[in-house]
Amino acid sequence: MNESREIVAASLKRRRRQEQVFKFTGLAATTVGVLFLGVFFVDLIAKGSSAFRQTYVQLDVEFSESVLAPGGELDLAYADFDGLARSALRELLPEVTGRSARREMNRLLSIGAGFQIRDMIAADPTLLGQTQSIWVPTSSNVDMLIKGNIDRAVEEARRPISDQQIGWVDQLQANGRIERKFNTALFENGDSREPELAGIKGALMGSFYMLLVTVALAFPVGVAAAIYLEEFAPRNKWSDLIEVNINNLAAVPSIVFGLLGLAVFINWAALPRSAPLVGGLALSLLTLPVIIIASRAAIKAVPPSIREAALGLGASKMQVVFHHVMPLALPGMLTGTIIGMSRALGESAPLLMIGMVAFIVDVPASFTDPATALPVQIYLWADSPERAFAERTSAAIIILLAFLLAMNLAAVIIRKRMERKW
Amino acid sequence: MRMNVMTEVDFSQESPDTEAPAQQTNGEAVVESLSLTVPEQETGLDQTVGEVRCESPFVVAENVNVYYGDNHAIKDVTLEIGKKQVIALIGPSGCGKSTFLRCLNRMNDTIDIARVSGSIRLDGQDIYSKAMDPVLLRARVGMVFQKPNPFPKSIYDNVAYGPRIHGLAADRAELDHIVHRSLDRAGLLKEVKDRMEEPGTGLSGGQQQRLCIARTIAVDPEVILMDEPCSALDPIATARIEDLMDELAEDYAIVIVTHSMQQAARVSKRVAYFHLGNLIEVDETDKIFTNPQHKLTEDYITGRIG
Repeated sequence: MNESREIVAASLKRRRRQEQVFKFTGLAATTVGVLFLGVFFVDLIAKGSSAFRQTYVQLDVEFSESVLAPGGELDLAYADFDGLARSALRELLPEVTGRSARREMNRLLSIGAGFQIRDMIAADPTLLGQTQSIWVPTSSNVDMLIKGNIDRAVEEARRPISDQQIGWVDQLQANGRIERKFNTALFENGDSREPELAGIKGALMGSFYMLLVTVALAFPVGVAAAIYLEEFAPRNKWSDLIEVNINNLAAVPSIVFGLLGLAVFINWAALPRSAPLVGGLALSLLTLPVIIIASRAAIKAVPPSIREAALGLGASKMQVVFHHVMPLALPGMLTGTIIGMSRALGESAPLLMIGMVAFIVDVPASFTDPATALPVQIYLWADSPERAFAERTSAAIIILLAFLLAMNLAAVIIRKRMERKW
Repeated sequence: MRMNVMTEVDFSQESPDTEAPAQQTNGEAVVESLSLTVPEQETGLDQTVGEVRCESPFVVAENVNVYYGDNHAIKDVTLEIGKKQVIALIGPSGCGKSTFLRCLNRMNDTIDIARVSGSIRLDGQDIYSKAMDPVLLRARVGMVFQKPNPFPKSIYDNVAYGPRIHGLAADRAELDHIVHRSLDRAGLLKEVKDRMEEPGTGLSGGQQQRLCIARTIAVDPEVILMDEPCSALDPIATARIEDLMDELAEDYAIVIVTHSMQQAARVSKRVAYFHLGNLIEVDETDKIFTNPQHKLTEDYITGRIG
């Protein structure tokens, strides 16, 4: 008796040490993970946050009748809106003379300035003949200079903005004519070749429509398949085969689903290219196995005693499933669905195959309009040469992550709400 | 229970001297195997002793055999169950008593590998015939399970579930009436009448089991099957359920599976002793406990096996 006590006592030290080592290893692993995440977030926010503010210049624009309505009628198609913005800028920098100097000066403005003036007069024709003080976007080079992303110390030939232009910008800034304001264009516009006009809205709406198609298809089909396989299907070789294939399908590279979508939905079914409808169809193929697997696990977790109780009362199989099994399994099913949706949201490879990688300026308004998606937009911007797209890439990633976070939060809330004890 | 049956000793009548298989899955089975060494000729396993028939039989099982795959779980059992009578099924674990019970409302249908032969008639109707819908059968033959299993719904909805799915109540008032009457009969109404909307899972174990009984009688069945209904309850809750059974026996035929010989003696009018899938002995409760005819029955009730 005493002997065994000694043996136990002797082993205690070793066991405690093992425990310490394990705890330390676990802590180290967690720390490394958190560290990577921290670096990722800090880097992302440091690079991306500046994109949420944009440089604007204040111009006193005269909505001159001679320019806007040369024939007495307001001419929205051919009037020289850019000219109005340019002459307003000339007022601010009166000392600039000569064609080439003026052309240099005009490059301080974004082409968005002209669009803005056109939109204003179109919305309110009574502005004709008046002079209004408005904030218009500067070109992205000015924006980069103000944000400090263009190094003034670099020699002139190697930077996209000349010494002369820098001088004008400094002058305007000294006069309080240049300011950084919230970048509404980022949220209101579709894609653009001009970074200062490029927005995420097109991709956001594209992703939204696509996820709508995906959830509308994958959730009912996935849940129905899971219920059938779990509750109704006979257990035999065929159901085993189906099960193995579903599990394998969940691991198929997503590009394959894109190719399938291209072959079936576009080439065979002749659905429009670049459309969120087709993207959603391809993504629902991708999401289905995830939803089926999660839903089956949720159904399996429903205690058999509940089924027996209902069966014992004379409930039919259908009633057992829909009155008892479904309500108890629904939180798990929804969690699986949202995990699948998150995966679909972050997926870009299948979208490349079905033409959603295109440069699309218009914000899609329906399921069949050409569109891109958030991850594709990130890819497109990351690929663009302009300096200002770098910060927009990070900003788009932040927006995508916020979207994901919102979805996961919804999953947690739904689960908490619906979770029942038994 | 199912697992026990599945892993049951491979005992066949052709080879009565079979030794207990080396691999036993639980302690109880080891005890059972002791009796396997008793040769069949002496014990007569295939012949039920006592009286399987009864006056005014309501459920009649004739030559019932149940197989789980290759496993012969119930062997040629013939038993009559009378109207308004409590019959207790006793026997060691894995003897087939729960399997037999589940045959009576076709709960074995849910197990793919289970196969039933022979005939079971409920009030003259064969329950395994094509004409008999298991949904209707289970409305007529209610069941109370070993572990209290209220639905994760309110107390009211638990009791109202059966009448609702069968459309037994024409309106809310009638449903209220059924729920109150059932809870009252189950002796639970006083305790829960002020909290009908609270979850049934919030009740104590004994209350939950009475809720399950109320839920069962709300459908107004003709037979109530009880599968060890008190095994998860303390003695006080058990006593209440037993009292309840006495009252219910005035209206229903009750078949109870129990491991407690005292319980069987207290609540039942007749007792059936099962052993390894065979029905060994059936008789009036007094007779079984004072003067068992079969050696195995005597061994079991005196505590030598089981």
